Amino acid sequence: MWEIPPHSLYAMLVVFGLLVTATTCRLILKRLKPEKDYTELRQRIQSWWWMIGILFLCLIVSRTTAIILFAFISFLALKEFFSIVPTRQADRRVLFWAYLSIPVQYYLVSIGWYGLFIIFIPVYLFLFLPMRMVLIGETRGFIQSAGIIHWAVMLTVFCLSHIAYLLMLPVKNADAGGMGLVIFLLFMTQFNDVCQFIWGKLLGRHKIIPKVSPNKTWEGFIGGLLTIALVSGFLGPFLTPLNFRFSLLAGLLISVSGFIGDVVISSIKRDLEIKDSGSLIPGHGGILDRCDSLIFTSPLFFHYLYYMSF
Amino acid sequence: MERVLKILFFALIVRPIVIIVLGLNLRGKQNLPVEGPSIVVANHNSHLDALVLMSLYPLSRLHKVRPVAAADYFLKNRYLSWFSRNCLGIIPIQRTGRMRKSELFAGCHEALDRGEILILFPEGSRGNPEELSEIKRGVYHIVHDRSDTRLTPVMMHGLGRALPRGEALLVPFNCDVIIGETIPDAETGEQLVESIKASFLDLQQYCITCRQTG
Repeated sequence: MWEIPPHSLYAMLVVFGLLVTATTCRLILKRLKPEKDYTELRQRIQSWWWMIGILFLCLIVSRTTAIILFAFISFLALKEFFSIVPTRQADRRVLFWAYLSIPVQYYLVSIGWYGLFIIFIPVYLFLFLPMRMVLIGETRGFIQSAGIIHWAVMLTVFCLSHIAYLLMLPVKNADAGGMGLVIFLLFMTQFNDVCQFIWGKLLGRHKIIPKVSPNKTWEGFIGGLLTIALVSGFLGPFLTPLNFRFSLLAGLLISVSGFIGDVVISSIKRDLEIKDSGSLIPGHGGILDRCDSLIFTSPLFFHYLYYMSF
Repeated sequence: MERVLKILFFALIVRPIVIIVLGLNLRGKQNLPVEGPSIVVANHNSHLDALVLMSLYPLSRLHKVRPVAAADYFLKNRYLSWFSRNCLGIIPIQRTGRMRKSELFAGCHEALDRGEILILFPEGSRGNPEELSEIKRGVYHIVHDRSDTRLTPVMMHGLGRALPRGEALLVPFNCDVIIGETIPDAETGEQLVESIKASFLDLQQYCITCRQTG
């Protein structure tokens, strides 16, 4: 407890430095243009302080605490998913079982049982839930409901639990430890969102998928891709067991999959005709709005890393 | 003593459940009346409705908030009656008896006279999950000769999935709580019912958990 590997500590300090910079910039902006309304920006930055504060605190306290935090995030995300998608009233009890998969999945993480962690949801829960639905005996809307429930659990529990499993991998970069991997993945994923946004604002001309997300442009995507690959190339050897070249590839993977996660959740919201999936995090929307890219980057980064280094 | 029980019940049980198991997409918090006399009229799907509405209030004001509830249900046995009076602080309404209107709502008027905030479900009992049912005229009999009382509409959605009528298992769901602006005074009962209904429908469009099929 309370032992932070040096590289992870530096990374945390850098993130706090960025937060301080963001807060300072906002205060300066407010001073320069007092007539403009910066409420959303203020809320956004304030929420970042909370999210990062809670995350780092849990990582520092103990591995188990961090795993519990990720389990709780999965719970919030699954709840939000179930709340916005159409589910049949008859399936309430099935949903209850779906929620119970969270403690099981994260227990498997905490004991490091890789073999079952990787198949528990895609195999066992996948077969169990439709069986439970059959017992209810309502066949109308069966296919749609089974699809929605399973997809929700896959995205919010299975995919996100990979972040927690990073903490259980044998430590190959002792200077960074398991938390180095988590910080690397989370930081690169969020930084990718920021970079794609900024490059899109600066140069964006050609839209990629105007029907899903009108703000996504090829310029933003490629600018983000290159920036993230480069930053990741230098940051990877520092926080992960990967060398420069493989870190560069990890950056490409995170950038592309982060983009896909973002637009997949956007499509869900478009389909439901809602703007935000919730109002849990002021300035950001719901938890799904914040975890959208992460849902895709975490399993892909995890398995890339696992294949390369373990 | 009642006041302490109510605060403990909400601080230790209701609030943690509302924050962790449920989750609120809250809109229009500034419209919520914090001073009485006023009446919050909300649609009704679940036992959770009143608890969620009351949990919006700071603990220090909780003793001023009184849900109006059916006597035949909430006072039906000793234990439930004790709980309803001490932990919830309900104002019981005799639905079944043939009482005169003035008698029927005497409890409500006394509470309003004391500057309290009533929580009232004008649909009467909990309807089918997430469906609006007929709005009853009772609320008109309370407000029509009280110009001092504000009527605030609240639309809730999602709680009927978390805990519908006749179910004991609470399944986690987020829910929408949309608080609207004060309903204007009405000349007749029908008019008031119409404007409550209109504001419910108006607030419903801000609900984000509304996309469910049957």
